[in-house]
Parts: sequence; structure tokens; C-alpha cells
Amino acid sequence: MLSRVAETIYWMNRYIERAENYARFMDVNFNLSLELSPDLEEQWKPLVVTSGDWDLYKSLNKKIDKSKAIHFLGFDIRNPNSMHNCIVNARENARAIRPEITREVWEQINYLYYFVKDGVKKKMWERVDPRNFFIEIKKGCQLLYGILDSTISKTEAWHFGKMGQMIERADKTSRVLDVKYHMLLPTPEAIGSPLDLVHWSALLKSVSAYDMYRKAYGKLTPPTITEFLIFDLNFPRSMRSCLVAAEQSLQAISFNETLSTNRAIKQLGILKSQLEYAEINDVFSTGLHEYLDDFQLKLNSVSQEIYNVYFSKENILNDNHFITN
Amino acid sequence: MRNTLNKISFSAYETKGFHDEMIGENGVVRPHYQLFRERLIKMGWKKLKNLQHSTDRAQLSLGMTFNVYSDNEGVERILHLDIIPRIISGKDWDSLEKGLVQRIIALNLFIDDIYNDQKILKDKIVPKELVYSSATFLNQCVGLKPPEKVWCHITGSDIIRDNDGRFYVLEDNLRCPSGVSYMLENREILKRTFPELFEKLKVRTVYNYPHILRDMLESLTPKQEASIAVLTPGMYNSAYFEHAYLAQQLGAELVEGRDLVVKNDFVYMITTKGLKKIDVIYKRIDDDFIDPSVFRKDSYLGTPGLFNAYRKGNVVLANAPGTGVADDKAIYPYVPKIIKYYLGEEALLPNVNTYICAEDSDLKYVVENIHHLVVKQTDASGGYGMLIGPKSTKEEQKKFIRKIKSNPRNYIAQPMINLSRVPTLTDKGIEGRHVDLRPYALYGKEIKIVPGALTRVALKKGSIVVNSSQGGGSKDTWVLDN
Repeated sequence: MLSRVAETIYWMNRYIERAENYARFMDVNFNLSLELSPDLEEQWKPLVVTSGDWDLYKSLNKKIDKSKAIHFLGFDIRNPNSMHNCIVNARENARAIRPEITREVWEQINYLYYFVKDGVKKKMWERVDPRNFFIEIKKGCQLLYGILDSTISKTEAWHFGKMGQMIERADKTSRVLDVKYHMLLPTPEAIGSPLDLVHWSALLKSVSAYDMYRKAYGKLTPPTITEFLIFDLNFPRSMRSCLVAAEQSLQAISFNETLSTNRAIKQLGILKSQLEYAEINDVFSTGLHEYLDDFQLKLNSVSQEIYNVYFSKENILNDNHFITN
Repeated sequence: MRNTLNKISFSAYETKGFHDEMIGENGVVRPHYQLFRERLIKMGWKKLKNLQHSTDRAQLSLGMTFNVYSDNEGVERILHLDIIPRIISGKDWDSLEKGLVQRIIALNLFIDDIYNDQKILKDKIVPKELVYSSATFLNQCVGLKPPEKVWCHITGSDIIRDNDGRFYVLEDNLRCPSGVSYMLENREILKRTFPELFEKLKVRTVYNYPHILRDMLESLTPKQEASIAVLTPGMYNSAYFEHAYLAQQLGAELVEGRDLVVKNDFVYMITTKGLKKIDVIYKRIDDDFIDPSVFRKDSYLGTPGLFNAYRKGNVVLANAPGTGVADDKAIYPYVPKIIKYYLGEEALLPNVNTYICAEDSDLKYVVENIHHLVVKQTDASGGYGMLIGPKSTKEEQKKFIRKIKSNPRNYIAQPMINLSRVPTLTDKGIEGRHVDLRPYALYGKEIKIVPGALTRVALKKGSIVVNSSQGGGSKDTWVLDN
């Protein structure tokens, strides 16, 4: 397939996954804020920090509160990663590769687009309770995943999309886990306190992991929650399962290629093995925050290699490989 | 017509001074509109409004948008679809079709002659200065012989009906005619709106247009399993929706100039697996922009080397570069003579009477009568660069006369035509609005025209400008079996 088209599909899926995650983060954090005393303004800062856009936030806003944070993460057109911008970008990408997707996919993306535009018009961030809006976005994205899986042939295009989605999801789960690092507890003794557990269960809900975690482990303890979100092989949003799925798609794409020279496969394989052979104690001895930071950096370089191998026009022209059929 | 009542009646429907496509003289409903009118009356106003509303929503969710030029933000707009169809009787259509086929064959012979033997110029049927001064005459195409000598594979002529009810050709669009996606999508929507009428009225189908288009494109190359691409300027082009739509319907790759590379005079796409050869390109970029090494150097839309690959016969371009010379507005008045010259026949479809400002006597007439003429710039389209005499101020007329006199070659003028009207849904009820008609002809081994068209409608009361960029909408066009 056209390399420009492959890249556009890859990013379309990343944007949608990002939008869904942001919607869920805001929904869950809003819920959490109802259970905690309202003067905790620190409540929203960790979320913005882990999104990676805290510096941008500070340059745009003097202080942080619920409505400002929701505006920034959800609707601010000046924030390139806001939910609104992700959906707009996803639709732009979908438009650019319209012949690759089905009418159903296009209609659903279009629906999300008009829905989020409407949310901006209605100033959702000023609402007393904007949760239904986020839930609708989340469901809209999930419906889209279903439509993508059930109407698109599992050819290269689908796999590029899936790979994008899985890389984005792995990144987002790692960031959510990192939120806990930034959510300061009042005293060291508060570890394991009811407040601490409220945080941890909110964190699980942020990645839709609460129910499945409970089934797997029952009791809420920080090490098992961390283990679940990083290493669990069965839970679809754990960092490891995301990489497994991304690798499957990359293998489908690179079928028949000489693998030893494909740096994208190599980088992804190395990162996945790291998760396969590591244990939770390794994570804590490195330090959770440092471990996740390192993971995110390596994931970025996987993404960079995918670009180099499949999307970079210069590289493809240099290769000078002609397809004959 | 009153909104407050649910009843639809046509007692106040105004037809005076125009050819109305539904109601003829003495208020008699034309036979091919009878059943539809009964259906409307039975349906009632509320239901009709509801149907229009769900049509608006369907269009939005399908993303049937076009981008408006000269808007900084590249605003997307919907081409409003009025749900009341424009109905054409089978008999009228069949004679229109014959006329179009004749015209397109002659125009292709003309283009081929202009770029090769130039007999028609030597015989002084068409003044050669007119051809050479045309911005759409491409020197680079001289001596080229496209497959089957067909230059213009896809035509979308603008047809109108005057007060006398006859069809006239207003413009030949021989370069990149657009709008066919609306013909197809409008039909899909209307099939949901009036399902029972399609059956009862025996509306002819347009469904197979993409198949015919694909067959036509494949017929242009001897290669089995040709690789076909639609070349678009990209998603910010006003017709991008259509380019994407057609690529999908054709099962062709949608490419931009930057997706292509020319090596050893063959054209390749840049893919994730390497470089893949292309055999046929359905070109939706203006000729000027396809290859910066031959045409406009500032073009970012094209691919260097593309024209040379075409010249060597290694890739087919449809339409062929250079077709624009035959749809220059200054050539248009000569089309009846062109038909006569090549085919020895009288034109079946008349032209609109046209004054050529490059000719002294016509120029004098135009200057003296500008207040009841429509003046058009020969190298402009889309409703831009024109003056509608009867609707302009004295100031505007004076300004235009100055422009004409400084470059007469660049202008033609036509009497103001009372485009026919079709009932249309408005805030005040059902009123007549002016329409034109754009059927699509495909020319490979032979000419095929699907029985349907894009009907453009001027939504503003009294307006005769139907262009989408100027507030026009569209209608589904029903060609009946008989």
C-alpha cells in the first residue's frame, strides 16, 4: 500500500485511541474528585503532568482547577493532544485515506467529529457534570474499534492501524500507572490507607482494568496492581499484551521480508522481551517512575523505526526496490 | 403554500415567464411529473419537511462536503440536496443523449486535429489565432496520439433548458468535470426517501457508472490487470470528497503527486513494500500542475517526469492533457461548425447564441447591449469572472466594458437565458427554482452515458447562478424509462 496512506492510517488509529483514553481519564478523575475533599486542587495536576503537556498547560493557564484541566485535556485547540484535536486529526486522516476505510468507519468518525465540535460549542468544561459527554466519546471510540475490526479486511492497512492503536495504548497505560507517582499522599504512613486505595482503584478504572483486576487478584495492593497493568498477558490493555498485539501486526506486515535488516521488528522485539522476562521486583528496584519513563522512551524509538522502515519516502527511494507482480 | 397547514397544494405555484419542468402551459401537470405530484400531495407538508431533514443529516454523516476556495480556514460545506427530484422523460433524454454523443465525437476529432494536422485551421473554419492564444492550448501536446485518438474520456457538459423547453449546451467541460459523485450519492439518498416511486416510475439506473468508468479506463491500456490510480491535488481540494469516492468505487489507488515517482520514464507509487508501477491515471489535477518539469514550475501537486512518461506511452492519462483547448469559451461558439466540419451533420444540440468579443461587430453589440447580456471571461469557470447584465449596476457594467475592451479575446457574451425551473422545497413552501443539468459521458472504445445527471439548482429566489461555490444546491435527476 502507499506509504503515505499507511502512515495516515497508523496515526488515525493512534489519535482515536488517545481520544478514548483522555475521555476515560477525565471521566474517572471527575468521579474521584467527588469522593475527595474539594480543596484538593492537586487532584487534576497529576493527570495533566502524565499527559506530557504540563509545560504547555502552565504557559496557557495561571492556576489549575477542575474546569481548566478538563478544558485543556478535552477541548483546548491549542493543546495538540487534546481529545478534541485528536478526534479532529483522526477525521482529517480518515478523510485523507477515505478509499481505504469503509463507509461505516467513516460515518462513525464523522459522528465523533460533530459530537466533539458540539461539545466545544456547548462549553462542556463549564458543566457541573460533564461525565456523560466523556462516556459518549469513549463509547463512540469503542464502537469505532468494533466497526474497524468487523468491516475492514485484515490486510496491511488494518495491521498498520492496529499497530498504531496498540503502541498508543501501551503508552497510555504506562502513563496512567505513572499518575500514582505524582499523586502525593499527605504522609508516608498513608501508603495503604483508604485514600491510597481510592487512588489505586481510580487508576485501575482509568484503563478499564478494575473488574478484570478484581477477578484476577481480588485484593487491592499496589504491587499486584502494577504487575497486572505491566505484565498481565491476558488483560488487553496491559503494556505487555499491547506489545504482543503490535508485534503480531508488524509480523503480518513484514511477512516475506528479510527480518534481520528490519529495525522496527528488532526494536519492538527487544522491548517486548524485556516485559516477558522481567518481574515486578525488577520494576520496584529500578523505581516505578524511572521504569515507566524508560519504557516510554523505548516505545518512542520503536515508533521512530516504524517510520524509518515504512513511511519515510527518502528511505524507500534509496532502497530502490521494485515490486513485480 | 402555507407552512402552518399540513396540506400541500400547487394552486399558488408560480410558473409565469419560465419553462417549468413540472407544470406546463395552462397549469397542466406534465405527464412524467404526475405520479410524483400525487405522492407529494398525499404525503403532506410535515412528512416532506421531515424527509428533507433526515436527508440533510444523511449528507453530513456521509461527509459529502466540498471545500470552499478563498476561505482561509478551508471551510467544509455540504452541497445541499433538495429532495424534490428533477424528472426527465425518457423521450427527452434519448434525444439529449444523441446530441451529446455527436458533440463529443466531433470535439475529440477537433482536439486530435488541433494537435496533429490542423486541417480545420488550414480550412479557416476556426481562426488559428483563437486557438494559439488559448491558455489551454498546450504546445507540449503537439504531435501526440493518445490511444484510439480519444483525448477526452470523461465529459460533463452543462446543459440548460430555455423558455422554449429545448435543451442547449451552455458549456463543454472537457478537462476535469466534477460532480458525478453527487449524481451517485444523491440517488442513494433519494432511494431511501421515495423507495416506492422508483419502482412505479421505472427510473433508469445510474448504479453502474463506476463499473463503466473502470472498464473504460482499463480499455485504454493493453495490459491485463492494469494498475489504476486516481490523481488528486489532495484533501484540501474542493472536489476531494469526489476523488476519494471515485477511487473507492473504482477499486483504484487514490494518489497525490507526492506519492508518485518517475524512473526510466515509468510511473511508480511509493509503497510500504517498494515502488509499484502504474498503468492508467484518472487525472483530477489541472494540466498546468501535473508536472513541474514541463508545466508550472511552482506546482507542488504534480510529479516531475510524469509528462514524459505519458509522451512515451508508458502511462495513460485520462483525460489527456490538452483537452482544454476545446472547452475554451472562445472556441465554444464554433462547435456547431466543428460538428459540421468533421461529421457533415447539423448539430443536434444547439449552442446558446454567443457573441465573440474578439470580433469587431460582436464587440460593438456587446458594449451597447451589456445591460441585457451575460458576459463571461473565456478562461474562468465556477461562476467566477462573469457579469449578469440585467442584475448589475451601471458602475459594474462600465467596469466590465473597460475590461472587455482591454482584452476582447478574453470575453464572450450571451443573452440572459431563463433557465428552466423545477419545484424546490423552500422556507415558504414549494417554489420553482432555476436548474441546469450535467450528464456524464465516458469515451473509451465507444461513448457511454449513464441515464442520469447532476442537476444543480440555484436556491436563492430568482437567482440563475447554480454553481456550488455561489450558493447552489443539487437535485437527484430521474430519467424515466419512457
